[in-house]
Parts: sequence; C-alpha cells; structure tokens
Amino acid sequence: MTATPADRRKLADHLAGWGFAAPAVVLIGVFGLVPVVWSFVLSFQHTDLTSPGTFAGGDNYAKLVADPLFWDAARRTLVYVVLFVPVTLALALPIAVMLNQKIRGVVLYRLAVSVPLVTSTVATGIMFSWLANPQFGLVNAALEAVGLPKQGFFTDPGQALVSVVAMTVWGWLGFAVIIYLAALQNVPKDLIEASSLDGCGRARSFWHVELPLVSPATGFLLVWLTINGLQLFDAVYVTTKGGPLRATTVLVYHLYNEAFVSFDGGYAAAIGCAVFLVIGVFTLAQLRFNRRTSHFEAR
Amino acid sequence: MKRPTAKRPTAKRPSALHLILFPLSVVMVTPLVWMVLVSISTQEESRRFPPGLPSGVEWENYAAAIRDAPLGSWLANSFVVSVVCVVGNLLLCSLAGYAFARIRFLGSKVAFVLMLATLMVPFQIVMLPLLIMTRELGLVDTLGALIAPNLATAFGVFLMRQFFTTLPRELEEAARIDGAGRLRTLFQVLLPLMRPTLATLAVLTFLQTWNDFLWPLIAVQSPEVMTVQLGLQSFQGAHTTNWPKLMAGTVLSQLPVLLVFFFAQRFFVRSVAAAGIK
Repeated sequence: MTATPADRRKLADHLAGWGFAAPAVVLIGVFGLVPVVWSFVLSFQHTDLTSPGTFAGGDNYAKLVADPLFWDAARRTLVYVVLFVPVTLALALPIAVMLNQKIRGVVLYRLAVSVPLVTSTVATGIMFSWLANPQFGLVNAALEAVGLPKQGFFTDPGQALVSVVAMTVWGWLGFAVIIYLAALQNVPKDLIEASSLDGCGRARSFWHVELPLVSPATGFLLVWLTINGLQLFDAVYVTTKGGPLRATTVLVYHLYNEAFVSFDGGYAAAIGCAVFLVIGVFTLAQLRFNRRTSHFEAR
Repeated sequence: MKRPTAKRPTAKRPSALHLILFPLSVVMVTPLVWMVLVSISTQEESRRFPPGLPSGVEWENYAAAIRDAPLGSWLANSFVVSVVCVVGNLLLCSLAGYAFARIRFLGSKVAFVLMLATLMVPFQIVMLPLLIMTRELGLVDTLGALIAPNLATAFGVFLMRQFFTTLPRELEEAARIDGAGRLRTLFQVLLPLMRPTLATLAVLTFLQTWNDFLWPLIAVQSPEVMTVQLGLQSFQGAHTTNWPKLMAGTVLSQLPVLLVFFFAQRFFVRSVAAAGIK
C-alpha cells in the first residue's frame, strides 16, 4: 500500500477535524451522554450515590409502580402542566398580536413583557413570596381593596400549586410572546391586505389568516412548555419546598427528595427514567411536528 | 427627514390598545418594581398592610446584605463560573462547529448526531451520575464542579455549525491560498464575521450559568463556594423575617443579568428565539 497525496490529505483532514472537535465533543460526551447510560444503570441498583451500589434488578421500578407518593406527584405534575401550558399560550398570542402593531411606545411594552425572562427563578420566588404573603403581601392588599378576603396562596394547600402556576406563567410569558412575535412578523403583509380587500374585518383576518399561519409556533410552544413544565423544580423549591402538605410535590421534586433526603439514589434514577420516557414522547412529537412545518414552509 | 404629512393620519389618535397594554406592562414589572421598593424600605414598612411606598431610602439594607451574607464572594463565584463558561463555549464551540461544518473527518456524522441527542435529555436524568462523576474527579464542592459540565454545550456547537455553513467557502479558500492554516483562517477571517452569533452564544451562556440553580444546589454545599442564586436561596431560608435585607440581596443578584438584558437586547431576543431556553 502506497500513500498517495490524496490519502495523506484525507488523513490530515481526519486529524484536523478531530483536533478541532475533540475538546467540545469529549466534554459533551463525558458530561452529557455518559450520564444518560449511567442513570439507566443506577435505576437497577440500590445506591445512596456515595458508596458503590448493589444490583437491585427491577426493585426500583416495582417500588415506583406501588409508590402512592409517585402517583400523587405525577398527578400534581399533570395538573400543573394542564394549567400552565394553556394559560401561557392563551395570554401570549393576543399580547403578541397587540405588540405586533405599530403603536407608540410598543418598544417599552415589549421590554416590560420580556424582562421576567432574565429574572432568575430564585429571585422570582423571593419576589412572589413577598407579593403573595398572606399577612402583608401586595396581592392581598389588592384583593382587600376590591372587597375580597385575604388568601393564603403559597401557604394554603389548596392554592399553592395554582400560585406556582401563576408565578411560572409570569416568568415564561415573555418567552412565548417572543416566539409568537417572530412568527407574526413572518406572516406576509400582502396576505393580510388581501383579506381586508376581500372584506375581512380585523377579527376575521386574525382567525382565518394569522392564526393558521402561526400554528407552527403554537405547536412548538405547546411541546416546549410541556417539556419544561414536566421538569418543574426550581420554582417549587424556592417557594414551597414541595408543601404545604405535599401540595406542590411534583415529579422532579419527588425525585430530589428520594435522592437527597431519603438517599435512595437508585429509586430516584428510576423516577428520572420514567420522566425521561414521558419527555421523550413529547420530544419525538416535536421532531415530527418540525419536519411537517419545515415541509410546509418549503412549499 | 421624510415627509411627515404622509404619515400623519395613522399617528393622530392614540391607539385603544394602550388601554390593555399599559396595565399589562404594569402587572409584568410590578414584582421587579416592588423588589426594589422593599429593598429600600425599613423593616416596619416592609410588613405594613396595605403596603405603601417607602418614606426614604434605607441604603443600610444593602450594606447589611453584603455584611451578613458573603454576597460579595457569591457574586464573585457566579461571575467566575459564568465568564469561564462563556469563554469556554465561545472557543470550544467555535472550533467544533467549524470542524463539523467544514472538515470531512472520520466519525463526524455519528459524533454530531450523538451530540445533538444530548439536547433532548432532561437535566434530572443527568444530574445523579454527574454528581458521582464530579465526586470521583475531586471536583465536588468546588467551582470546578459548576464549570466543567457547562464548558462546552451541544447547543453552542450546533449554533456555531449552522452559521459556519452559511458563510461562503470562497472566503476560506482565498485565505488558504494566501498560506494561512485552518486555525488562522478560523480566528482571523471567519470568526470576525460571526460577531453577532458569538454575542448570541455569549449572552445565552451567561444567562444560563448565572441563573442556574438545580446543579449548584446539589454540587455545592459550602457557603464560600456558592453561586449567588444558591446563596440567596439559603439566605432566604435564614432571613424570612428581614425582607428589606433579603430584597437588597435579590436586587444585587439580578443586576448583572438585567444589565446584560438592557445592553444586549438584540442578541438576547435572538438567542431566546433560537434556543427556546429560559
């Protein structure tokens, strides 16, 4: 075998390619990919995460199926997602439509709507704990001003989860608005003009022209907010710590408790794998949706 | 100046949308405004019902927050972690993004697909083994534990690769004919053309590492190693009775990201739309 110049050139490419890509690829592989497999392995072990684990067979998954706390957490997560996602979407679209108009000061309005996006969940949690404080919070002051009784919000088992929903909607609304705004700005102006020439009012052209054209954005947001909603943790940790009376113990919070309070790392990993499975279904749904919408755009 | 008369009729009457948008904006900024107001109130004012405006400015709350919490070192820790991760991402993702976009090398397709797959993995599935790994590496309870997993991100590589593929190949070919190697071409010809993309990646990485909570929560315990988010949370647990001091700390913790937000808004909006990450 003789090395032709072309072969040498190829070898140089392989080396250069790996030389450039290796640092990032190795880091991402070690810290992003290996743990996925490892987590799966952990879910078949009895381990407290500090000492070496022992093989547990399907124990952790059997525990998961029989654990009423897991199913309670799953139910609360479902309630959270079912409230959080539609409320965010239903608020974001009309706001984006309004912010898409050429009116004075619209830049300031956009700024106001998107500023919660950069606010950390910890800061948000502290602010909302004060705002929703049962004794002296601003929200209760507003309620009292219109003649309604004070509420407990985060401290009331019946209201805590809904309070978390309200807080996270505040945090995510700007994100959904930005996505919708981008989609609305891509709607061809002549389509709207054509519909108004055809005698469509503003409302009708919105329902029949703009709404269908932003449906890819709706689809993306639906899946994206659901995936993030299923992973709810920070907002709960900084406001209610899963309480009161476990009212806000959602799936990932249950996972955290099992791993770092009960030190049952294997069981926590099994919960993680279960959450991953559900999220995986949504991710695949999104991939299929993306393929469909890019097809739609290509035409 | 353009002719003002042509635009007149549309701008004559204020839009009725203000009636909705103004109250909405007030609701959106209220939590932040009250955060600042409480941070300059006295203790009694912060617990008054109904809440009112503070009578003066209690700067003492800020001094107390810095004195009683190691807020200075928390901010410094967050700063170190965020800046190192930003630099790491800019450098490593540029290199890898360039390789995936422009060099045909053995296994590049497989490596790229596997890397993209990590984007779909929720963090909760990664964090338990990650904790074991950082402990094995001797990094647990150090800033290294917070930096190492975020030094290069799959999203960053993907973003950079996408933009490298949009640049015309002739640029590089011209540089290479002039005798520049790949590395020099990348740093002196291509990257200067990609400043907006680099800025997007920098803003996004900064926000994410600065506001990260769950990973620091499990990877770090000592107060000296805490980031500002984690420190603030522990501070909240200990000082629920002193709201002004807590709010002063919260204001300080959010100042850097708010500055980034106001000065890099263009890139910020783009990165949000691109990454889908809050």
